[in-house]
Amino acid sequence: METVLSDNLVEIDNVEFRYDVRAVLKGIDMQFPRGRVVSIMGLSGCGKTTTLKLIGGQLKPSSGQVRVAGRPVHQLAMQELYDLRRRMGMLFQFGALFTDMSVFDNVAFQLREHSELSERTIRDLVLMKLNAVGLRGAQDLMPSELSGGMARRVALARAIALDPMLILYDEPFAGLDPISLGVIGNLIRRLNDALGATSIVVTHDVQESLKIVDYVYFMSEGVVVAQGTPAQIMESKEDYVRQFVYGQMDGPVPFQYPGAPYAQDLRLEARVAPTGTAHG
Amino acid sequence: MDNFIVRALRHIGHTVIDGIWRLGYASRFFLLVLLRSGPSFRRFPLTVREIYFAGVLSLIIILVSGLFVGMVLGLQGYDTLQRYGSAEAVGTLVALSLVRELGPVVAALLFASRAGSAMTAEIGLMKATEQITALDMMAVDPIARIVGPRFWAGVISMPLLAALFSAMGIFGGYLIAVVLLGVDAGAFWSQMQASVDLRNDVMNGVIKSIVFGIAVTAIALFEGYDAPPTAEGVSGATTRTVVTSSLAVLALDFVLTAFMFRGI
Repeated sequence: METVLSDNLVEIDNVEFRYDVRAVLKGIDMQFPRGRVVSIMGLSGCGKTTTLKLIGGQLKPSSGQVRVAGRPVHQLAMQELYDLRRRMGMLFQFGALFTDMSVFDNVAFQLREHSELSERTIRDLVLMKLNAVGLRGAQDLMPSELSGGMARRVALARAIALDPMLILYDEPFAGLDPISLGVIGNLIRRLNDALGATSIVVTHDVQESLKIVDYVYFMSEGVVVAQGTPAQIMESKEDYVRQFVYGQMDGPVPFQYPGAPYAQDLRLEARVAPTGTAHG
Repeated sequence: MDNFIVRALRHIGHTVIDGIWRLGYASRFFLLVLLRSGPSFRRFPLTVREIYFAGVLSLIIILVSGLFVGMVLGLQGYDTLQRYGSAEAVGTLVALSLVRELGPVVAALLFASRAGSAMTAEIGLMKATEQITALDMMAVDPIARIVGPRFWAGVISMPLLAALFSAMGIFGGYLIAVVLLGVDAGAFWSQMQASVDLRNDVMNGVIKSIVFGIAVTAIALFEGYDAPPTAEGVSGATTRTVVTSSLAVLALDFVLTAFMFRGI
């Protein structure tokens, strides 16, 4: 049977996901076209990292389907899933570099595990990947000797070691200084275009990601509340999107965590009552 | 009052179910480690590296402890045996105590606290820093890459460490009994040679140390792999490794000794 190649590398159809009884995703639909950089944004706990884990096959949806390159990820056997993952790269929030290996060995890891290439070829490939992220000179350093931004760049070089068709980014901008922020943002875009890959960026950093992505999905409490190109998002009239993009303090997402009335918590009502009766 | 009883019963129920669930999970984990040992063996240099970390780096504590335990056995044994005029038998006493019991047991307890706790902490931290997930996402099986080599390193190291512990202990006993207290060297060694049986004493000790090696390493690896990915989670798992594997070693020692006991 011939496999029909869709324009979308990743497709999420009506996916629900529950941890025990708590619904994390409540029927989401998303498409990630080939060659594009697409961002999933939302507050912490909105379900965006869960979506990324579903795409990577780390979690299985409670219902619905997640397809990568036309194949339903959650129905694959372990070996098939591993075959698919060899064509994916993932950048973790804090890099997740192997702390007992040097920068060079971290980037060489997958090449050594999954290919029969000679050490000489591996060396050349690793240096090319490190050069792409600007850290060829740091090849002999250990992860503990790197700054946060450098570690993220090494992890990026490691993620693209096998020239993946899909690169997943989990909060790539978290905790970075402004310069590193710009560097990582640029690298995400440049590497995606150079490799002809598709990138999915899960983030809550609006300003940085809107500069580099082609399309944005906004999530809140397990549903997609808005979507569009960066220009459409910037001009969106939706309250949630405006609050998020412009960092407004109050809006659909309240400043105050729900709780008892303020006066009650400060026992103001309790104090007033006895005074009244004492003089009565 | 009723509420209290219901809560207490519910708590007991939860504890029992959790315990059984965890035992089942640990058994499945252990089975998986065995099933995926093939890929682990294909990465044998990794196992050799782990033998260095778990075995070679434990040598100092094992050798020094063995020496002192042997010296104490020499002193105590001499003190008791000379009352019956058979001080030469101190060699037999030291050798049999070490080879049959103290060598495997004390070496396993030291191994649990020195190498087992390190394995748990290392794997727990790898999990907390997403290194295990990263491996899985790179299509590399973490059980075969991380757990397998450590497991076999522990199983291979343990009998060797126990043997070195016993050898060092016998040397300690010799220093005290022969060099310090003047027991005849010929009688010390010949009585030992005559009374220590290869199959019933030495081999039984080796079997014990292999079983302890499996138990301690499997517990340490499971605790690390199952540790909640937080600072408290990893520290709790490390403590549980030392406590559980020490208890397991002592309990298994009784069971194995009962099976190996030849009667009078």
